[in-house]
Amino acid sequence: MLLFIIFCPITAAILIMAGAPARKTALIAAMLTLATALFLLGSLPVWQGDFQQVTSFSISSEWHWGFTTGLDGLSMVMVLLATIVTLAAVWFTGKIDKYENAFYGCLLLISGGAIGAFASIDLFFFYAFHELALIPTFLLIGIWGSGNKTAAAWKITIYLAIGSFILLLGLILLYQSVPVASRSFDIRALKAAAGQISPDAQRHIYLLLLIGFGILISLFPFHTWAPEAYASAPAPAAMLHAGVLKKFGLYGLLRLAIPLLPDGARHWTSLLVVLLLGNIIYVGLVTIAQKRLDWMLGYSSVMHMGYIFLGIASANVLGVTGATALMFAHGLSIALLFAIAGEIRKRTGTLLLDDLGGLAKVMPFAGLAFGLGTFAVIGLPGFANFAGEIMIFFGAFKNGWEMERFHLFQIATVLGLWGVVISTVYMLRAYRKTFMGTLAERWKDLIDLRPILRAPVAFLVGALLCYGFFPQSFVRIITPAFRPYLSVNK
Amino acid sequence: MITAPLLEIAVLILGMIILMFEAFATKIDRRLLAFAGILGLTAVLVASFFVAPSSSTNQTAGFWSFYTADSLSIFFKQFALLTTILVLIMMIDYAPVVEDSVAARKVQSALGEFFAVPIFTCAGLMYMASAIDFIFIFISLELVTISFYVLVTFTRHNPATLEAGVKYLVLSALSTAFLVYGITWLFGVTGQTNLQRITEALANSAIDRTAALFGMVLVLVALGFKIAAVPFQIWVPDVYQGAPTPVTAYLSVGSKAAGFVVLLRVLRPFLMLPETHRLLVLIAILTLIYGNLAALPQGNLKRLLAYSSIAHAGYLLIGIVCLDGRAVIFYLSAYLLMTLLSFAVLVIVSQRTGDRISDFDGLGKRSPFLAFAMLIAMVSLAGVPFTAGFLGKFFIFYAAVAQRQIALVVVGIITVGCGFYYYLKVVRAMYWQSTAKMDKIPISALSRVAMSALILAIIGLGVYPQPILDALKR
Repeated sequence: MLLFIIFCPITAAILIMAGAPARKTALIAAMLTLATALFLLGSLPVWQGDFQQVTSFSISSEWHWGFTTGLDGLSMVMVLLATIVTLAAVWFTGKIDKYENAFYGCLLLISGGAIGAFASIDLFFFYAFHELALIPTFLLIGIWGSGNKTAAAWKITIYLAIGSFILLLGLILLYQSVPVASRSFDIRALKAAAGQISPDAQRHIYLLLLIGFGILISLFPFHTWAPEAYASAPAPAAMLHAGVLKKFGLYGLLRLAIPLLPDGARHWTSLLVVLLLGNIIYVGLVTIAQKRLDWMLGYSSVMHMGYIFLGIASANVLGVTGATALMFAHGLSIALLFAIAGEIRKRTGTLLLDDLGGLAKVMPFAGLAFGLGTFAVIGLPGFANFAGEIMIFFGAFKNGWEMERFHLFQIATVLGLWGVVISTVYMLRAYRKTFMGTLAERWKDLIDLRPILRAPVAFLVGALLCYGFFPQSFVRIITPAFRPYLSVNK
Repeated sequence: MITAPLLEIAVLILGMIILMFEAFATKIDRRLLAFAGILGLTAVLVASFFVAPSSSTNQTAGFWSFYTADSLSIFFKQFALLTTILVLIMMIDYAPVVEDSVAARKVQSALGEFFAVPIFTCAGLMYMASAIDFIFIFISLELVTISFYVLVTFTRHNPATLEAGVKYLVLSALSTAFLVYGITWLFGVTGQTNLQRITEALANSAIDRTAALFGMVLVLVALGFKIAAVPFQIWVPDVYQGAPTPVTAYLSVGSKAAGFVVLLRVLRPFLMLPETHRLLVLIAILTLIYGNLAALPQGNLKRLLAYSSIAHAGYLLIGIVCLDGRAVIFYLSAYLLMTLLSFAVLVIVSQRTGDRISDFDGLGKRSPFLAFAMLIAMVSLAGVPFTAGFLGKFFIFYAAVAQRQIALVVVGIITVGCGFYYYLKVVRAMYWQSTAKMDKIPISALSRVAMSALILAIIGLGVYPQPILDALKR
């Protein structure tokens, strides 16, 4: 079952490259994976806290290295996010002028890589599956991108390549830091041996992982690749990358850094808090200054990573659960916004906020969808983002009370709350400039989203609302994954 | 029962038969000779898997005091055979160029030698893999080098080739002189030429360490020339660019691999002196930085691959410094696959358009198969997971982290970033850029099979490296 979810998109990608009808195959593959993921969500007892559906093929017994996959609550949520966004992205793609097959193939490769990374228990495949997306992203931006695509493609590729090699060093060091007898690429075995990692080694490894993952997540000050790449990428690629792939780094921190390296995490907490405030405040202010819709969305996705980092830094069950919830919610909402922005660009050819205006008159459905996405990103109650953010803020604030010294976390939480104000400012401003106001003469003939494209929008919004109204159903499956090792500082 | 020395003898006899045949049977299509060579080498390659590795324990005298048949040497014999087979396949594709440039009147007059000489080179490479005595190292090295003198200048009516040949001849002769001089010094200090006994002699504190160090540095210079390590890399770009493309591929894989095998063998005695270790670290850092930085602005793919070959020598040297033979050998195997694949595509495309990167514009549309093969080669050279190239880098960095070689690791990571830029430049040309020329590029069936095998091997080893790791444990 799980193997099917991983290999269905990859097989479909290979078939499409080999000449199968692109759109049909891609849609069928995306629907099949989503259906299987939903079935697994319904049938697997993921709330038990350990990995379900574990399959394993040994590659090297000497290195304790094998292709091992399995799902627990945390990875289940991430796989679900990946499959939902994949379907939406494929659906939104439509007709491509040149190399149509390659476009769909690249999209499905990114998606298969992301799902594989989330579902891998083996350290090597966890890393390698993520990298599977690197070259397709380069091609997607380079061939089908717009604007300053050459620079954007180089920047994202080289940034991410260096980031992942730093990450690789961290992983190698992690592997070598446990005694020879218990060395293993299996995350479960490493977790069992994690107690033997000396605090000194933990500090080094955590820093390497933080920088490596940080580059992939666009942690301030390594964030400069993200807005440019998302602005230049074709909309489906931006949806998948900002919505799903960027969550890989956060997932890695939650999966490896927090459980295996508690001392390292404690040691670097203050550094992480300062950096994440850079994400929230500095990048937030930069976002307000943006003049183009796509750049603004790119920066806003960087800024929201700050909240998730705050949840991870808080290192208690509430905050970390909130971080996972927000990862899911942010993935859906940013995918929705990029999709609508992509449709606007297709019709108008520009995303300069000053050129647009009044589009809700001619594109009422797009206006509604964008508005809902805006509300979600701002964190209005009822949307999933609200549930995530409130858990993060409560979790982070509570942590401060127990530190019993300088209340770093309380200050960070208070400053972080200003982020909500900042994001309200730029999102509403963008919404007003795009959809409200007077309609320019040249946009009179624009057509709204075709009915067929309304399905994925309804689908993304539905998932957001469903999660927003019943967060408990998700929290129930996420929390057990963290309980064992975070209970001490609850 | 097949023993290891029989393999080389078989290869040498094969080479002579092909030469004789070429001399007396004038009417045949010369390409048949290449097919005969490929078949013969394949037979030897198959036979080599039935040779049981045995480390020669009785090293006091006779044949086995300079020839070893341990698993490392057998692996490299197979490595050399495979390289030569693939190079011969490339040479068949390249034959029209040789015919054009060598003789306008007598068609195919020189092709026989073009196909026969690599077989002798192969024998030299195989001997080098087994050599554990400086005299034998020197002799097999000369067999390789002299046959390369012929091959590099083969299309001698092309001025660039001529220039490459002269440069290679002069600098190679110089490096050989360094090697002989170094061997003499080591012999003077220890009274031995056998590596094992030199190691034992160096353990004795009574020897003159300064003189021994001097001898070692001279030997290192010669080997540095072979593996294209900075600062002995000056010849590489010009020679690689000027030589016939299959020969360039052969130089960059066969010659470099042989250099690394010898380096692995001489390392044991050399590391008796700590100064050599520091020297190797320095050479590795310089090689990494120079190779990668100089590759960045290149616009000619052949030259780019020349600099990339210097860069890969740097990564291999990290493995050497960390004394991790398995990492070096895995990296070399991956390097063989991806380099030969990229040269195979280059041989075919450059006959149609040229060997600048801009000549690859729009290849994704013109020939999806060639473009895909090149994509896999470049991605593997850059080090993307699920390719052999990534696992090679993984093992190298693993060894470096285990030894806490922080400087090497930091430089390595930065240069990997550079690598992504210049390798993906080729990918960019193939898929982003458009071109006016839209005609298809024909590929012979044999090349197609060979390339598909290389692609599968690159991806296969990238997911399942155990066969190579096991081959060395036997």
